[in-house]
Amino acid sequence: MDAIISQYIDAYYFRILILIGINIILALGLNLTTGVTGQLSMGHAGFMSLGAYTSAILTVHFAVPFFAALLAGALVAALFGFLLGLPTLRLEGDYLAMVTIGFAEIVRVFFLNFEPGGKAVGFSGIPQVTTFTLVWILVIIVIYLNYKLLNSRTGRAMYAIRENEIAAEASGVNTTQLKVLAFTLGAFLGGLGGGLFAHYMFFIEPGNFGFMKSIELLNMVVLGGMGSIPGTILGSIILTIAPEMLRIVQDYRLLFYGALLVILMIFRPNGLLGDVRFYDIKKRFSRKEVKSCQS
Amino acid sequence: MFFEQLINGLTLGSTYALIALGYTMVYGIVQLINFAHGEIYMFGAFAGLFLVAAFGVNIFWALLGAMAFCMLLGVVVERIAYRPLRGKSSRLSALISAIGVSIFLSTLMALLRGTNTTRYPQVMSDKTFHLGSVEVSSMQVIILLVSALLMVGLQLMIQKTRIGKAMRACSQDIDASALMGINVNRVISFTFAIGSALAAAGGVMVGIYYNAVWPYMGTMAGLKAFSAAVLGGIGSVPGAMVGGLTLGVMEIMGVAYLSSSYKDAIAFAILILVLIVRPQGLMGQKISKKV
Amino acid sequence: MSVLTLECISQEFGGLRALDSVYLSIEEKEIFGIIGPNGAGKTTLFNIITGIYVPTEGSLIFNGQRLNNVPAYEIAQMGIARTFQNIRLFNKLSVLDNVRTGSYGVSHSGFMAGMLGLPSSRREEKKILSNALQLLELVDLADKRYEYADNLSYGEQRRLEIARALALEPKLLLLDEPAAGMNSTEKEELMRLIRIIREQRQLSIILVEHDMNVVMNICERIAVLDYGRKIAQGTPEEIKNDDAVIQSYLGAGA
Repeated sequence: MDAIISQYIDAYYFRILILIGINIILALGLNLTTGVTGQLSMGHAGFMSLGAYTSAILTVHFAVPFFAALLAGALVAALFGFLLGLPTLRLEGDYLAMVTIGFAEIVRVFFLNFEPGGKAVGFSGIPQVTTFTLVWILVIIVIYLNYKLLNSRTGRAMYAIRENEIAAEASGVNTTQLKVLAFTLGAFLGGLGGGLFAHYMFFIEPGNFGFMKSIELLNMVVLGGMGSIPGTILGSIILTIAPEMLRIVQDYRLLFYGALLVILMIFRPNGLLGDVRFYDIKKRFSRKEVKSCQS
Repeated sequence: MFFEQLINGLTLGSTYALIALGYTMVYGIVQLINFAHGEIYMFGAFAGLFLVAAFGVNIFWALLGAMAFCMLLGVVVERIAYRPLRGKSSRLSALISAIGVSIFLSTLMALLRGTNTTRYPQVMSDKTFHLGSVEVSSMQVIILLVSALLMVGLQLMIQKTRIGKAMRACSQDIDASALMGINVNRVISFTFAIGSALAAAGGVMVGIYYNAVWPYMGTMAGLKAFSAAVLGGIGSVPGAMVGGLTLGVMEIMGVAYLSSSYKDAIAFAILILVLIVRPQGLMGQKISKKV
Repeated sequence: MSVLTLECISQEFGGLRALDSVYLSIEEKEIFGIIGPNGAGKTTLFNIITGIYVPTEGSLIFNGQRLNNVPAYEIAQMGIARTFQNIRLFNKLSVLDNVRTGSYGVSHSGFMAGMLGLPSSRREEKKILSNALQLLELVDLADKRYEYADNLSYGEQRRLEIARALALEPKLLLLDEPAAGMNSTEKEELMRLIRIIREQRQLSIILVEHDMNVVMNICERIAVLDYGRKIAQGTPEEIKNDDAVIQSYLGAGA
């Protein structure tokens, strides 16, 4: 499949498309935690790195089949998400942000000293088995499941926690439980994205998963619109392509990221698509009844 | 050996405390983790470096100059990036805006000065004092003295002056304070100014002590200082001091007696543990949620 | 048969005694009013009943079960729903989704069932939707169901809160100043609505309200709180003529 597609697409764009797919999976995970449930996580790269190293170590050192390794990486990330979220999600939002930063830093320092992962030198020789087809099949599955989840009772309750925690409790929502769930699912997708990333880049180092990577992922969610699936996808696409297109001004990329966050928060705190709903668009174009109203 | 490490720890810890004070004061009043605070500290270090290198001033003028500059910077940051959001946006938005400022400032410095470490010029002769068997360097003495002086001054200002009283009132209830005729915006600006000045002092002294400044020095120091503020109980000024000193000592001891490769992880492990076991910190008060 | 019994409930904040040995007993299907000046402890009482505060002393019994130390969400699941004095809607959710979320405590599909679209979850979703639409009909917001909650007018938001609370299929409904900020036509409508709700849903209602007209008109029994203490209880007629009440609260004008 990849061979056929790559005949028609320039290798450079092919690479960007794969990276876009991986970033969509990562960002949709973060969107569940931060965009939908409103719990600011700034250590998503930590989960990514857990998934990347776990799956890579399994395929390289233990010759585990790729799919099993990928799943194992995602599960390990989810397990850490669960263990970290359980005690900390009872805390107020700002503390969670710090805990997640701290967690990601600890993970990074751990892998800097971890022999089987090549320590600071990095981990090379990972089989390059992540394909375009695989990434985009997974992207479609993840989008579909996300969509179903967010339009279910559980998803609505997650939005409700973001909007008003006390009112959510008064509606019978066990807020801690759902926050932990969102966090765990987010970590799972982080781990999945990490595994795909490792087996595409075939070389990883702890520096790939530093604080700036977490911020980049957060930016994708915030730029597109917190809690919105189309928004998060758009954010991932823009922020994957932009630095590639703006290679000349690569040095200024982070300056731009920083300013972007401030400007967005002041002028468009809900992101590009955060408060655009398909219902409103449909209403503008037709007078017919529409059924779904989730953004 | 132990006492020398203890002095090292207290030296490092008092710089953490200086930075932590800014976090805790701002958080106490506007419930915002001022993420850019670490970058203010970094700008302080560079401002001091500039003054020493360009004008050859001594350490005290460098300190004062850097503090004045960062006061201004702190107020400007608050004005541009936080005030427009206050009242009408969620705390999440404000926090994200703060992260944006942090990235912007560190990248700006990296573009201006390059990402490499710059060495501080010789500011003062390096003497070593002997207290029994314990060696203390003159810079350590200066750091401990200046930090103590600043913290006592801050405490006096908060407890004795009119603006200090206004700050305390705002941290109790900002809306009620506004109704009582306190100019809340001015108090907030003032809080940012004071917090930034303390961070700048920390920056200059750390720059001289370790003989190195670089554009990303604020990120890690800021995160650790925030951990210190949480450890002491966020919102509590004495808590930030105690938290900073405790964290500094723990970190140095951890490196001395355990392993240096996990140095940066120690502060965060402590942060996570404190939040799990005692979220209100060592000296903070438990706050029940308002309905 | 009483639905809710409060025995000797006291609540202290720091040194302040917000509630002092309050006894209350709410009967089935009654509309019970609680009045009192600002700071008398009315909202505190609601917060205790709904599990936001744990009372310093005393016990709460709801349908034979103790409510002390039961978390707020479980109390909601047991059948106590409320509205808030300072409206707490899910602002960036649609009106319909606000009501659908209200039924969270009485629905059961897990997240996996929802994510995979299993038949059990689809059936439940259908039921949730039709219930929500019915409730929106009841509070006259059906044609605004796709609006954001924060685009509604004040009176509409108050009605939406009631609909959301009813989605929980409660046996006891707590209304915290539902008439606040309404004009007299809206107040008439509200009184009619509260009576319909009680008849249709067969539930008990506790009403905290400042508007004497509303309270006297629809409540069967009224308790008066003053400085955290219950100073009187009785029918509207009895309350109107109670000396202690007149002195401390109703004043000369009443």
